[in-house]
Amino acid sequence: MLSPIQVLCSDITTLSLEPEPFASYTEADIISTVEFNHTGELLATGDKGGRVVIFQREPESKTEPFSQGEYNVYSTFQSHEPEFDYLKSLEIEEKINKIRWLPQQNAAHFLLSTNDKTIKLWKVSERDKRPEGYNLKDEEGRIKDISTVTSLQVPVLKPMDLMVEVSPRRVFANAHTYHVNSISVNSDYETYMSADDLRINLWHLDITDRSFNIVDIKPVNMEDLTEVITAAEFHPHHCNLFVYSSSKGTLRLCDMREAALCDKHSKLFEEPEDPSARSFFSEIISSVSDVKFSHSGRYLLTRDYLTAKVWDLNMESKPLETYQVHDYLRSKLCSLYENDCIFDKFECAWNGSDSVIMTGAYNNFFRMFDRNTKRDVTLEASRESSKPRAVLKPRRVCAAGGKRRKDDISVDSLDFTKKILHTAWHPTENIIAIAATNNLYIFQDKLNSEMH
Amino acid sequence: MIGGMEGGVDAQSLISISLMKIHNSRTQRGGIKLHKNLLVSYVLRNARQVYIKEKYAEIYRMQQYEEVMTVCNEIQELNPLDLDAEEADEEERSRGEESSVCGAALQRGAAQPAALCRTGSAVSGCCPLEDVGKDPEPSYYRSCCMEAPPAAPCDPFTGSGGAHCNKTTVLDLDTHVVTTVENGFLHQDCCCAPTGQSAAKKRKVEFGCCVSDLDDVPDFTRKRAKREDCSFSDYTDTSNISNLISIFGSGFSGLLSRQADLEQICSKQALASLGAWTRAIVAF
Repeated sequence: MLSPIQVLCSDITTLSLEPEPFASYTEADIISTVEFNHTGELLATGDKGGRVVIFQREPESKTEPFSQGEYNVYSTFQSHEPEFDYLKSLEIEEKINKIRWLPQQNAAHFLLSTNDKTIKLWKVSERDKRPEGYNLKDEEGRIKDISTVTSLQVPVLKPMDLMVEVSPRRVFANAHTYHVNSISVNSDYETYMSADDLRINLWHLDITDRSFNIVDIKPVNMEDLTEVITAAEFHPHHCNLFVYSSSKGTLRLCDMREAALCDKHSKLFEEPEDPSARSFFSEIISSVSDVKFSHSGRYLLTRDYLTAKVWDLNMESKPLETYQVHDYLRSKLCSLYENDCIFDKFECAWNGSDSVIMTGAYNNFFRMFDRNTKRDVTLEASRESSKPRAVLKPRRVCAAGGKRRKDDISVDSLDFTKKILHTAWHPTENIIAIAATNNLYIFQDKLNSEMH
Repeated sequence: MIGGMEGGVDAQSLISISLMKIHNSRTQRGGIKLHKNLLVSYVLRNARQVYIKEKYAEIYRMQQYEEVMTVCNEIQELNPLDLDAEEADEEERSRGEESSVCGAALQRGAAQPAALCRTGSAVSGCCPLEDVGKDPEPSYYRSCCMEAPPAAPCDPFTGSGGAHCNKTTVLDLDTHVVTTVENGFLHQDCCCAPTGQSAAKKRKVEFGCCVSDLDDVPDFTRKRAKREDCSFSDYTDTSNISNLISIFGSGFSGLLSRQADLEQICSKQALASLGAWTRAIVAF
């Protein structure tokens, strides 16, 4: 198992290649989602400009042992463009909200990417051969003069430089009135769901002109609205089960076998509010920003503004474990409300064996919690501290005015513009991908490569 | 209960900030974010609850003070020395100016130092304030809108002489015009609040920019008297906020109920602006 106290070696791959550490970037370069595929060989990132960049892990090479396991750019394409809804006079952002890979079934790879309104299925395939020796056209494709053709030949496939082709195979549009926040592929490999603020739709991967609405929490009178859907995910093994989280901090497990419309939940996971901790911002900090099933399917991991919680599917009354991510912010909620940071939606991730959970924080810090040893570590993703093959040093945040050790950072010195919202963990190995604004960091635990 | 969080959290500033966020969200790229606006509305509601509680505590204290002063005055009348009575009046006047109270009705009461208008009693009539710690949830909203009691001859601009004149105040965020509906009568107020300097009349100040054209308003609508010295310096956040508070009766429903009332009697302009505000939240 990954002991969080053991440091990680870092192999950095960055998207933006400015030499100066403080070079400016455009907002379009900000990474908005990160996702490994099911084998971990590919890593996809989406950004605010609607682009998707796919990284591929280099195969282990005996000749160059140090390049083993590095991720290099495999393909880049424009997934979504900005659109305009003329009926409502609304601009639709091209920002990629989520990417989800489909399990691989043939040589090609498929992924779903979504912005606020439209989900697209992309096929990523390799081409390393091309036909040569056409009779009617020459090497450049120009039509030959028939009079020059004296004999016939059969075209043959010759090897060529590897080319990665990406093509849109399906476009699932016009099904969401509100902003899509989640997509999740079902374990049946035939269907997937997309969730917006008030509704969840079930799609078949081959059918784009219709979808089934399976959850609808829109009240008859919009003025009675009290909560919205914030995230949704299918169970990893049971194709009939899915969970969705709400802005009120509740989780609902739904069974599609019970009814066509799953407004009535099978299980409701809710922790009663502590009345003594009530503040102006209680509702905001209890809103769940991300929910993830464990690989085993037994547990749920949720993230709200200050904590990460692990829930047991068999216990609805309270979470199994609660981890304080950055409780020192509790006294700063008012300032964080003013500068909008309190609305940041942090994601969370399990490691392959479900023994460690990870989530991001501010100042380019990210946190890992070992569920078994109850130890936790704070690490920083930054150029300065992350030279290739360097070892990450654990960081510590001390309360303002508290006893301060060397290298500690005071709460007041935290940079709230540097936030790590998106993180991903390799499905089987101890490799993590951290998105820090416009940079992608990939860290690997060389000491403990295998998951325990 | 809400309160006693991080030091210096001001309910009023939170209300201002929240409203500004909602207002700005209307022009954000990508359309209104329903989730964020919902969360902001929760903060707004929480801050308003605290603000109203604080105001009630203040009004209760004021009422207690007025009662004491009344008794003192009565005693003074029997007293050959008149100095104390004058001092008492001075104090009462300055009290009235200082108070920034919720709702125009209460402001009116505070602006009349000489009168025995019992603003406090008007409020307390609908909300017994023996225990300010109690959550005035059911009655605070109505209280905000309660007019001064019938014994208010110094106020010719009261909509009606009735003791329970229902009044609601809404603010149009586009034109910054405050609209008051009083017993079915529509008034165009303004964002400024009187500071209580003028006695006997309820005066309203209008922004030059927000003077709305009410020529086409139906007959039963009337305007309030304008103040000659319209000055921006009279503008106080407190009174503006207190008018805005009534928008959010509960969650979003405060908007709709106001709209339902107004739809019957309101001018199209006020209705359209309110509707736009509601629609901005609903958005789709």
